[in-house]
Amino acid sequence: MMKMLSDAGLEAVIGLEIHAQMLTETKIFCGCSTAFGAEPNTQTCPVCIGMPGVLPVLNRRVVEFAVKTGLAMNCRITPYSRFARKNYFYPDLPKGYQISQYELPICEKGHLDIHINGESRRIGITRIHMEEDAGKNIHQKDGSYVDLNRTGVPLLEIVTEPDIRTPQEAALFMKKLRAILRYLGVCDGNMEQGSLRCDANVSLRPAGSTGLGTKTEIKNINSFRFVEKALEYEIKRQVKVLRDGGDIIQETRLWDSETGTTNSMRSKEEAHDYRYFPEPDLVPLQIEEDWIKQIRETLPELPDQKMKRYQEEFGLPEYDCEILTEERPVAEWFERAVKAGGSPKAVSNWMMTDILRLMNETGTEITELRITPEMLASLIGLIEKGTISGKIAKMVFNDMYTTGKDPETIVQEKGLVQISDAGELEGTIQEILDAHPDEVGRLKAGDKKLIGFFVGQVMKATKGKANPKMVNEIIRKKIS
Amino acid sequence: MPGGSSGGSAAAVASDQCLGAIGSDTGGSIRQPAAFCGVVGLKPTYGRVSRYGLVAFASSLDQIGPITKTVEDAALLLNIIGGHDPLDSTSADIDLPDFTASLSEGIGEIRIGVPDEYFIEGLDPEVESAVRTAIKLLEKEGASVKPISLPHTGYAVSTYYILATSEASSNLARYDGVKYGFRAEAGDLMEMYLRTRAQGFGPEVKRRIMLGTYALSAGYYDAYYKKAQQVRTLIKQDFEDAFSEVDVIVTPTTPTPAFRVGEKISDPLQMYLNDIFTISANLAGTCAISIPCGFSSSGLPIGFQIIGRPFDEETVLRLAGTYERETDWHMRRPEL
Ligand SMILES: [Zn+2]
Repeated sequence: MMKMLSDAGLEAVIGLEIHAQMLTETKIFCGCSTAFGAEPNTQTCPVCIGMPGVLPVLNRRVVEFAVKTGLAMNCRITPYSRFARKNYFYPDLPKGYQISQYELPICEKGHLDIHINGESRRIGITRIHMEEDAGKNIHQKDGSYVDLNRTGVPLLEIVTEPDIRTPQEAALFMKKLRAILRYLGVCDGNMEQGSLRCDANVSLRPAGSTGLGTKTEIKNINSFRFVEKALEYEIKRQVKVLRDGGDIIQETRLWDSETGTTNSMRSKEEAHDYRYFPEPDLVPLQIEEDWIKQIRETLPELPDQKMKRYQEEFGLPEYDCEILTEERPVAEWFERAVKAGGSPKAVSNWMMTDILRLMNETGTEITELRITPEMLASLIGLIEKGTISGKIAKMVFNDMYTTGKDPETIVQEKGLVQISDAGELEGTIQEILDAHPDEVGRLKAGDKKLIGFFVGQVMKATKGKANPKMVNEIIRKKIS
Repeated sequence: MPGGSSGGSAAAVASDQCLGAIGSDTGGSIRQPAAFCGVVGLKPTYGRVSRYGLVAFASSLDQIGPITKTVEDAALLLNIIGGHDPLDSTSADIDLPDFTASLSEGIGEIRIGVPDEYFIEGLDPEVESAVRTAIKLLEKEGASVKPISLPHTGYAVSTYYILATSEASSNLARYDGVKYGFRAEAGDLMEMYLRTRAQGFGPEVKRRIMLGTYALSAGYYDAYYKKAQQVRTLIKQDFEDAFSEVDVIVTPTTPTPAFRVGEKISDPLQMYLNDIFTISANLAGTCAISIPCGFSSSGLPIGFQIIGRPFDEETVLRLAGTYERETDWHMRRPEL
């Protein structure tokens, strides 16, 4: 696709508009629960179903989350912002308008950096604003219904500058954004369930120029893996249209994951006139500098900062750091294990291989594992002290995973303590040497490979408990 | 004719069907019917009384207030309905005084401003003379009176009709036949919307929805809605300037006495102009009261208006109470 673009002398200009459902307990303008999956219309009240005479009251936590997100994305928090009504008719919109922000959003002028091909790319954030979600229309054979449970669930709308140039960059940006939202606890980032939604504006222009071509808006990108796919398809489509001498029509297009295509939904002429105007039922929002400061102090260490620290403090490779910091619980698990005394390199190795493998295989979250970071740290300690061998350690690890017992208990119960007693080992080794006179002869003649054979025999005889280093030494001594 | 839109409340009070009533005032719909019915009508400061429970017409202008036989009753009712309500974000979180406490205090050296812009051509001579007589009486009671200017008064009606209809067009969108209320039978969603709203709303409401929708539309927003917001700020500024010189402003409540039954109802513009003296207090968000001050030669009630500083209902009520003690207009009823 990139080749197709460059052959045509074009580049893509992409901007994203992201909706993130906030993880507040209650809705943005009333006290109803935001919990997912309840019976239709059971989490509603006169306010969120738009009864006559009711008024909205802003949920303070929503503002806090918006400020948090703005700060994490390097935005300016506007000291004075305002809600606005976005007017349109739809059955899932009970008031006939959505309370949103328009002219004066709560956050503006931020940026996020993404890392691609060893380089850092800065993507501008135009604005972040708060708004209420709409309900859901349910179409059944016997008719159409409306579920208003979701009506009034708080949303953040995050709009980027058209700084993104490739579908891969868009996907990386979404990944980064999702990681930050999850770190902040602002949104669970689940695109399949619709708690994170992404629309994309796409246009083409001659490579290197600064103008903007006619754009299309792609909606309904309902999974992480479709961000790249949908954009790739749309760019290809636009290149073909231009190559065939056609014009791009400004329109909204829907991504269809079944067919892997985007299809026209409505043209610019059919676009809604939302008749925005300031929401008179809410007073303008004035945010005190002190409150912003307080919120800033509650910001967790974010993935980029953690990554940098892991590289500098622990000397871990960039790739490992990226994996370890992608999810906050994983990073915190890592840090707990290190704090419990596990050496950072060893903890990282165990996590990158065994822990993440188990998580993937079983679909469990790291916090749900029966192995705790402290248990991993003591397992690493047992290896380092020579109490058990690395091989035994793998066994103990699997036991820890299934039983939840700590490594010391497992080692003791199963008698897995490494045999490091020279006298005890010497007897066993002598027996094995005596049983294999041919091999001893060859070894003495200089076939060093046979050391491995004898060590293996000893390990077998001791059920893996022999200290391999000591076995090695004793054999060499006896042969020479 | 009792006037509107809280004319029912005013008529009920005037005809002794109740001691007092509550009305809602967006552009004068407490004060105008109070004047027409010969009773007291108070529009408190925007934010003094919670709007929770009030079916919204124009949210930035609507305010609930008492319609009563006497000023004291109005003070009593305001004591009950006033105060901060956490369910209404626009209700003010400030102290609620006992409005009856200062009623009997004299008016002291209160300064009354009389705006030139309210004594204009088209003002009924009988109304003008009744209001001027009332002002003289207040002067005799110790008030000082001076002419003032509220220079943007002439833009109030057009400003009001743009803002009020814009907000109303949005507030009335929820009556769409989906969740509650009237729903017309139809084959599909769009047809259901169109029929429900075509059949469910009366012609005046439709007129207002159309006006407001137009004023908010892309391409017209700046020329209408935004411009009206700017003028509203100027009108508010007029009042702030005036209140730096005077404590209250006295005007007629309406340009004419009450209409006879059946009169003038067919001309919407004439109906709109009825609000010409009451609208500014809503745009400025301040408080105002209408109290009876006479009858026309044909025996229909006339009222005058006292406009006060934001959240200074006490002064307005005290001045109105003083006037009421010295007159008996509020005891008389028109012959029907
Ligand atoms: Zn609710």
